[in-house]
Amino acid sequence: MALLNFERKYRIRGGTLVGGDMFDFWVGPFYVGFFGVTALFFAFLGTALIFLGASMEGTWNPWLISIDPPPIEYGLQLAPMADGGIWQLVTICAIGAFGSWALREVEISRKLGMGLHVPIAFGVAVFAYVTLVVIRPFLMGAWGHGFPYGIMSHLDWVSNVGYSYGNFHYNPAHMVAITFFFTTTLALSMHGGLVLSAVNPGRGKTVKTPEHENVFFRDFIGYSVGTLGIHRLGLFLALSAGIWSAICIVISGPLYEGSWIDWWDGWKNLAIWRV
Amino acid sequence: MADYQNIFTQVQVRGHTDYGVTEGTNSEPRYNLTATSHLLGRIGDAQLGPLYLGWSGVASLICGFIAIEIIGLNMWASVGWDPIKFFGQLPWLSLDAPLPEHGLKLFMPLNEGGWWLMAGMFLTASILLWWVRSYRRAVSLGMGTHVCWAFAAAIWLYLVLGLIRPVMMGSWSEAVPFGIFTHLDWTNNLSLVYGNFFYNPFHMLSIVFLYGSALLFAMHGATILAVGRYGGEREIEQITDRGTASERAALFWRWTMGFNASMESIHRWAWWFAILCPITGGIGVLLTGTVVDNWFLWGADNGFARF
Repeated sequence: MALLNFERKYRIRGGTLVGGDMFDFWVGPFYVGFFGVTALFFAFLGTALIFLGASMEGTWNPWLISIDPPPIEYGLQLAPMADGGIWQLVTICAIGAFGSWALREVEISRKLGMGLHVPIAFGVAVFAYVTLVVIRPFLMGAWGHGFPYGIMSHLDWVSNVGYSYGNFHYNPAHMVAITFFFTTTLALSMHGGLVLSAVNPGRGKTVKTPEHENVFFRDFIGYSVGTLGIHRLGLFLALSAGIWSAICIVISGPLYEGSWIDWWDGWKNLAIWRV
Repeated sequence: MADYQNIFTQVQVRGHTDYGVTEGTNSEPRYNLTATSHLLGRIGDAQLGPLYLGWSGVASLICGFIAIEIIGLNMWASVGWDPIKFFGQLPWLSLDAPLPEHGLKLFMPLNEGGWWLMAGMFLTASILLWWVRSYRRAVSLGMGTHVCWAFAAAIWLYLVLGLIRPVMMGSWSEAVPFGIFTHLDWTNNLSLVYGNFFYNPFHMLSIVFLYGSALLFAMHGATILAVGRYGGEREIEQITDRGTASERAALFWRWTMGFNASMESIHRWAWWFAILCPITGGIGVLLTGTVVDNWFLWGADNGFARF
């Protein structure tokens, strides 16, 4: 069934944070745990609310369904359901589900005797989401500054918010975030490619060793970060991409309201080269 | 538990320089240019070098040097050879693509695009020679050529931007300028002129694979570090002879999301996500202006854009 041939010996009790043995069981391949129950609760409620919002909105085109935040006028108040209240509830459900998921990962890590790197990494992604829909709207004084939950509508939001600060490409934190995203993808392609090239050398050839991996990269670019280092580097690059994305949006509005193009006048006027 | 989260190497052992395997018959010698760095050793391998150049490496570096010289000297000339102004205005300086009236001509006045074309030619030669180098190194070490084909995917996007699309549009002026802000402006204008790139489905896919790559590397990097105490970073050994590190790593994701990769297949996921980012991005750019004039209107025609 859902059990891998080596899985049985790992399915032991313990490692839970909450609830002792009460929720310490599996359903098919999924581990449940207390936070599995809360994750399911929030995910189901949030999804149902999105369907409710879609039915009130009148389109079932999946590209166009959009759960919009309340108008700016409501400030930081609770809004009526039909006027952004659903967005507020969906946001609570999303944070509840993401938080539950992270804590469930902690329980699974403990059960398997693993480090907590994965839930911490996931926490960074959740933090970036919370920055967008809670921290920045709070700092700007209105839930209406959150982004709408819809496929095309969230893209429109990104576009409109970007241009309302002149041109987001000129936002220095945005530059750093994009550089980290591109670098992560570059490093991932090189890591994936290198491991595959060592274990798939071609028909009739012997599988290669980490020494071959090191030599390939030393020959290729003069440095090989090594088998352990590449995973530290990859995790750092990926998390930096998320962290700088959060920074680049949270400074737009709360910290700086003008055009990012004009922000660079500061560089032009540095004392060394000012004319 | 807090003292073994495997973020930094805590004890560094220094022995002889590792000169590595010497397979391959037609290789030129490596340069015995090595050093060690304590800081690098904190996160990864402390050893720098030895260096291998070979004819393709030397030719690539020369072409790359010429390209950067052409770009840099043009920028410097544009501020009247004033070194202070060069740094003060560097983010705005640019070597622009040829003027539209020159179409696809190969010969034109140097300051109306000739320098740009020359820089682009040398940069392209440099990149292609570096690809040859990646291929020859992999083959002479008896390894597969997966890294080379991933590199080729990035070269595809580069060639679409600077060569293939300009040729299809009939003008070098369609290509990207060499400059910090000017290449960002070019990107921005491409989206504005062709009706909002967010409505370009290949741009959507490219972003999905870009973010997906960050997601995958965070998941994979974190998983391997988390099973570091079981030797999880020895991936080749774990692939050929599955150990408890692989089993725990796999079960972590199976119990979390009902699905898991294997120690080998996670690297196939990684490779495909990473290469599909520039491949789909290149398709999206190539279709812009050649096949589709306005992505928003195209979206409206296809039922996913709303006025």
